[in-house]
Amino acid sequence: MNAGISDIRPVETGQASTFIEFEEASITYGRGAKAVQALAPTSLKIAEGEFVALVGPSGCGKSTILKMVGELLKPSTGHVFVAGREIGATPIRIGMAYQNPTLLPWLNIRDNVMLPLKIVPPFRQGYRSKRKGEYRDRVEALLAQVGLAGFGDKFPWQLSGGMMQRANLCRALIHDPDLLLLDEPFGALDQFTREELWAIMQDLWLSKKLTVLLVTHDLKEAAYLADRICVMSARPGRILDDSPVALARPRTIDMTFEPDFVALNQRLRAMIVGARGGTGIVNHAPGAA
Amino acid sequence: MERVSEIIREKGASTALIIGVFVFWELFCLMAGISDILLPRPTQIIAALIQYWPAIWPHTWQTLYTTIVGFGIGVVIGLLLGILIGSSKLAYDTAYPLLVGFSSIPKVAVVPIFVLWYGAGTVPAILTAMIICIFPIVVNVATGIATVEPELEDVMKTLKASKTDILWNVSLPRAMPYFFAALKVAITLAFVGSVVAETVASNRGIGNMMMIASSSFNVPLVFAGLFVLAGLGVTLYVLFSLIERRVTGWAHRKTDVASA
Repeated sequence: MNAGISDIRPVETGQASTFIEFEEASITYGRGAKAVQALAPTSLKIAEGEFVALVGPSGCGKSTILKMVGELLKPSTGHVFVAGREIGATPIRIGMAYQNPTLLPWLNIRDNVMLPLKIVPPFRQGYRSKRKGEYRDRVEALLAQVGLAGFGDKFPWQLSGGMMQRANLCRALIHDPDLLLLDEPFGALDQFTREELWAIMQDLWLSKKLTVLLVTHDLKEAAYLADRICVMSARPGRILDDSPVALARPRTIDMTFEPDFVALNQRLRAMIVGARGGTGIVNHAPGAA
Repeated sequence: MERVSEIIREKGASTALIIGVFVFWELFCLMAGISDILLPRPTQIIAALIQYWPAIWPHTWQTLYTTIVGFGIGVVIGLLLGILIGSSKLAYDTAYPLLVGFSSIPKVAVVPIFVLWYGAGTVPAILTAMIICIFPIVVNVATGIATVEPELEDVMKTLKASKTDILWNVSLPRAMPYFFAALKVAITLAFVGSVVAETVASNRGIGNMMMIASSSFNVPLVFAGLFVLAGLGVTLYVLFSLIERRVTGWAHRKTDVASA
């Protein structure tokens, strides 16, 4: 955990302060001849309260960026600062949700969601005395917010995939994180459940105003949820494009059919197809569905 | 009602099989005219059990005692070693080859060494029972702990959970089904260990009783000893199965799916 000297960065004064900053950070796996650069030196700034989506071809280092911000990986070169401090020494609270909900099968939904309160300070102090009262109410309120009211006593295996993913989101948010990291959280869900969860995610974000970093391969999802979309190249990953999403909030599914949204989607798609090295032309056999 | 009849059908079949085996055994011996010196009939064995019960009882108690004590110590050591090996890659890579080598030694072969150190009697039986049940517990617990989903570990790490937090909240509960599966194997192995040690070097216990009975050609008593061992083994197995159901019911959920 000791990052050695953790330089304190001057917090920039502007309309929004920089919350996450990548400074020529790169990641190389392996050594010598077998070394593979997963992420080329990358610089990136994310403001506090911003919702940023990372999209790109598979294996482009999207998740690597997420892991660095979550302090699970250290950059091979360069620096990553979160809340003004080099990672490893940041005092912030982080929530994380993967595509795999990883709920603990031996705990009911309420206890699963409560898990961070058992671990993260300052909640862990007094956990035993508060878990039946204050914390329970807190969990129930959050469950209700994602449409899981009354499901606290159920076990994960009694829930559908979409419900498990809602519970997973609750677990990532119960401890009031400053930063939420999402790695393709809705990737395994069907189209309609996914759209439902986008709306829930947007509501949660609008009500909590925390910084969110979302990794996804669904361009519609990125455009629906994010303030800003970063498109990455194939390995070794670089940020090819970084553009704001100028759509009003709250966004709705209907908006995804409007020309602005469709145009944005097409532009992103063309960029990713280019990044994969493809032509972008899909051959449809005549008459094929 | 459907469930009740299903249980009766399930249990009924296995009970019928057990009874059938004994009936076949009885009839086979009778019809083939096999002497009770070679293979006593079940009825003769049960008669011997009743006749010699006052003499068998202390031996049963002794075997049960050495087995449980050896098993208990083995479980504690196995659990601790399993946690250590399962939670550290370094410990896993370092200790595993030694453990495999150690476990491939036939445990009968170490009984004379224990006798050399502690003399014939209770201690070698306890140690043999202990040593024989450590390995399955270590391997199972280590597997349960080492196979925690990496995503879950990431989630815990981003919460800045300490190693003990992860162990108590995730790894250990997750390893419990593996642990109980190992306990059921280990308890039957522990009987093997204690009985082998008693047979080789002890003046008490079922193993010793069977040795003496066979040297005086009291074959029904030898078989009565086997019956007692089987009874003890089954009882403890069932006991651990019941505890397992209570503690790790979540891992056996398919038997009663609640309507969600």
